[in-house]
Amino acid sequence: MQNKKASPWRSLQVGLTVLLVLLIFAYGFEITDIDLEQLRSEQRQQSLQRVTRALARPDIFEFEKEEQKATAPVYVTCPADGTTPMLPSLDTSVPYAIVTPTCAEPGETVTVEGFNFFPNANGPVRFVPGNDPTNVVELGNDTAQTDADGHFVTTSILPKRPSEDVQFIRATMRRNLGVPRFTETAKITWEKIVETVFLALLATTLGTLLAIPLSFIAARNLMRPVRSPLASMAFSLLGWPIGIAIGYLVVSQIGEISASLTNSIAVNLASVIIAPLISWFVFRWAMPPEELAVPSPALRVARLFALLLAVLVGLFWLFQLAQLITNITLAIRPALGRAGFLATFLFQVSDILRVITPALGALASGGVLSSFLARIGQRVTEKGSKASVKIINIVLSVAAGSTLFGLLGQLIAWLYQIDRPFYTTWGPILTGAVLGLILAIFTRAKETLPVGLVIYTITRTLLNTLRSVEAVIMAIVFVIAVGIGPFAGVLALGLHTIVSLAKLYSEQVESIMAGPLEAIQATGANRLQTIIYAVIPQIVPPYISYTMYRWDINVRMSTIIGIVGGGGIGFVLIQNINLLNYRAASAQMIAIAIVVSMMDYVSSVMREKYV
Amino acid sequence: MLQVKNLTKIYDGGVKALDNVTFEVPKGQFLAVIGLSGSGKSTLLRCINRLIDPTAGQIIWDGEDITAASPEEMRRIRRRIGMVFQHFNLVHRSKVITNVLAGRLGYVNPAWSLFNRFPKEDMEKAIKQLERVGIADKADQRADELSGGQQQRVGIARALMQDPNMILADEPVASLDPVLAHSIMKHLEEINKNDGVTVLCSLHFLDLVHRYADRVIALNEGKVVFEGLPKEIDDQKFKDIYGRDAERVG
Repeated sequence: MQNKKASPWRSLQVGLTVLLVLLIFAYGFEITDIDLEQLRSEQRQQSLQRVTRALARPDIFEFEKEEQKATAPVYVTCPADGTTPMLPSLDTSVPYAIVTPTCAEPGETVTVEGFNFFPNANGPVRFVPGNDPTNVVELGNDTAQTDADGHFVTTSILPKRPSEDVQFIRATMRRNLGVPRFTETAKITWEKIVETVFLALLATTLGTLLAIPLSFIAARNLMRPVRSPLASMAFSLLGWPIGIAIGYLVVSQIGEISASLTNSIAVNLASVIIAPLISWFVFRWAMPPEELAVPSPALRVARLFALLLAVLVGLFWLFQLAQLITNITLAIRPALGRAGFLATFLFQVSDILRVITPALGALASGGVLSSFLARIGQRVTEKGSKASVKIINIVLSVAAGSTLFGLLGQLIAWLYQIDRPFYTTWGPILTGAVLGLILAIFTRAKETLPVGLVIYTITRTLLNTLRSVEAVIMAIVFVIAVGIGPFAGVLALGLHTIVSLAKLYSEQVESIMAGPLEAIQATGANRLQTIIYAVIPQIVPPYISYTMYRWDINVRMSTIIGIVGGGGIGFVLIQNINLLNYRAASAQMIAIAIVVSMMDYVSSVMREKYV
Repeated sequence: MLQVKNLTKIYDGGVKALDNVTFEVPKGQFLAVIGLSGSGKSTLLRCINRLIDPTAGQIIWDGEDITAASPEEMRRIRRRIGMVFQHFNLVHRSKVITNVLAGRLGYVNPAWSLFNRFPKEDMEKAIKQLERVGIADKADQRADELSGGQQQRVGIARALMQDPNMILADEPVASLDPVLAHSIMKHLEEINKNDGVTVLCSLHFLDLVHRYADRVIALNEGKVVFEGLPKEIDDQKFKDIYGRDAERVG
């Protein structure tokens, strides 16, 4: 590098930069309220001391205690005649305390001395108001510690409670008995930390499962080659809503049929066993493992229907299975005793199964219809003449555009509660139709469009937007949706895990070696097979590594997600802080530190092992 | 019979990789493709199985127009064309046997691939192909544990799994030492002679061309500059192919 010559211009530049930096930091101080005066304040120092000392003594262990009490008589305000009041004589064979002098004015300091207590015990030495030595109320904050002979001396300031009659100062000395045991706080902390770890585990599992497929469509190198002609694209766009609607109706119908058949456990059991067998054999017939000749169209249609039948039977089986699990768990739950959580788990699984089966069926049917129609579009484009393809393109593109925009219009109508069909129904449909028409006119008849890149861009944008919302904020939304508790936390963390892992994963997919991909494609493998045989083997190690890393993050996140009601240890932590119960808060912070650092260690070991 | 007619490929950046290339390969021939690096050899081979879509021109193989094939037809065409690569292109973390079985992917039903299931006949066939290239004992090792020569044999076994009628070999020996190069070329020759498989093989070394090829085409800047028998390449032809300043080695 050549030396730069010193010049006035350059010096001025440096000077201005320094000035600018100075200005920025000065403004930053102003904005962030940096003020050491706060630290010097007596009151703040005292609170800080108290909090720090409480934090240093986490509320984890406690002892069985044994205590001795003694009350020492004292006159607050000496008698008016100036005599020293007579005190009742004390039994010196038991623990006893005396105050010197025996009378004093309010606010004066007296000495309290105790004898015959437990050696090396401690406890409060406090004023008992109201002339009654059995009163449980005590005033003051003084404590004392006995020496090896059971003797203590301490001073106490008398409160403003003047009285003619004798009053008392009570000394309560306690000593520990036996071995330490866990406090109630420790037990709650343990419970909540377990909840936290499992919250993180479930969120990570959920997130990983959904992030994997997403990461493939968010990977540029996989999506770039995906191109399809306009007819195929429009057809597949139309296929989704129609397929979802049909699928939902059909699956709900199956659900009802299934429900009407489940009264008898025998029928239930039989269908759970028989349905998969039927499904399996039909599937085997429709999906021969290897086929050298091209199947005839009639055979293809027959297979299609067979597959449909297999899927319907499979769905019926899912419903029956859910019902069977419900029946079984309801029957055996009482007998399980402490293992009852297994029954609850199965019950919830069957409930989830029942809820998501129609949704899955609808999605699957949408996907199948869409890809089926897309294939038809592809064939039509390949075989048709240019003019006819152009006409088909226009018709389909208009239909798809108006459907898409019509649905978006409905969404907007619902979101903003607009009840004006012109704006939310006809307007969007017309706009969609016009846009579709324009697209169809400007696309050459047999041209393929980069549909993969469009999907990639939409997915990436969505992921980036969602990723910028912190999990804690998502948790607030989910708390409203499913109530306060760890479930809301699982959903919030799960969603955040999906979007951030999908992004990290897709970057790994983008950096795989292209060679094997090319080689697998060259064998005639289709897109799905290419992903399974060329992409997945290459991304397993980074996927494991990222998943572990994410679990690590999720454990840390789940410790604070409770602050907004998302379950886990954060909930009790913030409660204790608000109640100024710093010893309990300290116990919880220690628990968090232990779990997080353990997680750190375990994940780094596992990453090293697998990668 | 493979017919390549007026094939042209212009990449997105405007680079003309192939310029009006026309030639024919009779069934069962061992054709060497020579030329400098960047002369379009790899692009030519990849256009034949449409890993790269040509910009213009036609490729007709046994009466079927490869350039006009639909994705589904392409799958059926590709499974009859084996491909061997300079950098072997094995899936490193998969087992050798899995890499070989991948050659059947054009035949098996994609739904079964989801479960990583292959028919039993394919498993036996895969072992047989590994025996044929002499590394059956490595079947259960990871592909990246093998040496270069062994990896290229796996690549050949994978191509053989396709029951190919044609093999495209893209500089199959360029990353191997001369001894290994001959052993790999011998495998290709044996497949060509015994099974009657057409082989299109791009090569760098002329002695390999003389030793193994039936016919040669040479590319320079995307154009065919020579077509004929290996022995017809004299010093003048050599300079046409490799440029004025080139000198023969080996």
